[in-house]
Amino acid sequence: MLGNVASPTTGVEAPALKFGPKVRLLVLFLLAAGAVTLFMTIGSNGNWDFIIPFRGRKIVSMVAVGFAIAASTILFQTITDNRILTPSIMGFDALYMLIQTVIVFSVGTVQLVQINARMLFLFEVLAMSAFAGALYWMLFIQSDRSLHLVVFVGIIFGVLFRSLTSLLQRMIDPTEFAVLQDIGFASFNTVNRELLALASAVIFVVLLVIWRMNRVLDALLLGRELSVNIGVEYRRDVMIVLTMVTILVSVSTALVGPITFFGLLVAHLAYQTIGSSYHRYTIPAAALYSVILLVGGQMILERVFNFNSSLSIMIDFAGGLLFIMLLLREGRKR
Amino acid sequence: MAIANTLQAADMNQVRMNRRLIYSVVGVFVLAVISVFLGVYSFSIRDLVRGDADVHASMVLLVSRIPRTVAIVLIGASTSITGMMMQMLARNRFVSPTTAGTVESASLGILIITLFAPGAPIGIKIIVASLTALLGTGIFLAILRSIPLRSPLVVPLIGIMLGGVVSSVTSFFAYRYDLLQSLSTWTNGDFSRVLRGRYEMLWLSGALALVAYFAADRFTVAGMGEAFTTNLGLNYRRVMVLGLTIVSIVTAVNVVTVGAIPFLGLIVPNVVSAMLGDNVRRTAPWIAVTGAGFLLMCDIAGRAIRYPYEIPIGTVVGVVGGIIFLFLLLRSSSRVG
Repeated sequence: MLGNVASPTTGVEAPALKFGPKVRLLVLFLLAAGAVTLFMTIGSNGNWDFIIPFRGRKIVSMVAVGFAIAASTILFQTITDNRILTPSIMGFDALYMLIQTVIVFSVGTVQLVQINARMLFLFEVLAMSAFAGALYWMLFIQSDRSLHLVVFVGIIFGVLFRSLTSLLQRMIDPTEFAVLQDIGFASFNTVNRELLALASAVIFVVLLVIWRMNRVLDALLLGRELSVNIGVEYRRDVMIVLTMVTILVSVSTALVGPITFFGLLVAHLAYQTIGSSYHRYTIPAAALYSVILLVGGQMILERVFNFNSSLSIMIDFAGGLLFIMLLLREGRKR
Repeated sequence: MAIANTLQAADMNQVRMNRRLIYSVVGVFVLAVISVFLGVYSFSIRDLVRGDADVHASMVLLVSRIPRTVAIVLIGASTSITGMMMQMLARNRFVSPTTAGTVESASLGILIITLFAPGAPIGIKIIVASLTALLGTGIFLAILRSIPLRSPLVVPLIGIMLGGVVSSVTSFFAYRYDLLQSLSTWTNGDFSRVLRGRYEMLWLSGALALVAYFAADRFTVAGMGEAFTTNLGLNYRRVMVLGLTIVSIVTAVNVVTVGAIPFLGLIVPNVVSAMLGDNVRRTAPWIAVTGAGFLLMCDIAGRAIRYPYEIPIGTVVGVVGGIIFLFLLLRSSSRVG
């Protein structure tokens, strides 16, 4: 899987293909559908009244989160014009946790419970978008800083956000901390039912917007100068995309917590295998890969390891190795 | 005549610098005194001086307060010095035990010894952790050696990611054997565990930092590369191995006794070199003193913010150090970009 990484992927041209991107997408779709079916039926004992809602909720959350992470990563890489950065490597989800903590810290859980969960969720997503938008606008678009500096600064921001979060968490009452921990360290097994419906709806709308923008995205891939030249409203469109990315990241982090390297993994699997740089192929491919990996991984986790491991740990392992390889390749290339 | 004047000026400069260094040492001492007297159990200084403090007071002082302050000074100084050494050996400003996989590898070592020999004495733990730290740092340097690098910032990025991969292996096994909670005590530094009888290994860190100071010139030369070092008549391999061994042992000792502290080995040498330049023989005492003073201040802050509770030092340094480091990075971005 990682061996493929060595072949160059930049540029829109595709290598000579036996099968076109559409066929490849279809294969991925069948694999994803197979994984989902297997997940729903394996060891079911015919107890459908229990299984359909129980496993169905897991599936819906995995599909929603997988789509959100895949799309946000590819969009982020398109507007920042690189294939190494992802929102979570840049500390987006650490920022989300920080905002959560600040809200609990300043409002208190008693009031927090009284506020409508959905309203709160929407408010958090908005706050997050504003903060992240300002921060990353400053870092990426406004100035011509080197890519490595930006990544490094992003990682340091991540450490800073995490430290600030744990600093604030130390200052909160233990009871309030317990509430916060429930919000922060959820997994696919304990997804909040109420939020799931809302989050899926938000993700769906955002994906629809992105789908309508796919031509603009392809143009943005050419870089700032060329895309302006062919009539893209660069500033406006980049800002829209950045907003979409922050919404997707906050929604998926709110649902299942941070999965740092997952976006990087699925985006690169998509770039390597789909044989096209058009967003109408890469985004669905990455999304299907995330469904395959998440559902398959969860299945292996439950059946082989008896829940005795964590999916995010394994993803960190594989993703970290991939990231080092990408950095090394980048270093060799220039 | 002109040369004599310059020499005299240099001498004057040296005298002034030495005087400033003495002031800084006094400053660190004052901080240390504050640190000793900060806490729920309060002492009357007059009683202590007269020697008629009750048994309880002197016990708190000797068993908890003084060991803690000594531990902070030793760790602050030794971590900063090892950071400086790594920056020389890798010839990169952004390398430090926390950005080269050293700390994470040491944690893996502690996990291994905890799994296979939970009752092992602390000395054995430190030896195993030092060995894994050495291995991890060696892998990091081998990766660096094998590729031509365009930007100095790629080096710490690779180190951080290597650390991430190593620590995901650690968490995998910690998760399987229910050791995640113990793991968090090594990964987030906390001085509240320091008591008499549990910190004495830190003197080893202090001693090794002193060795590093006396051998500083060699490490500077080794940083220039193998051919250059050999040309000057030094055994390159031996110097590198000595340097890495010191770094690994100091890191292992510090992680075993209090846990990892982010940014410390990174910002202190950088701040000092921004003010005083890169002559490490001259700056090493400054780095040690600044490291100790910075860590004392962070510790006092961590204990005062939420008095009488305390915030772990790793968290405080993560916030303060992160802000300082971002400031350094973005201010000098034109230089390092």
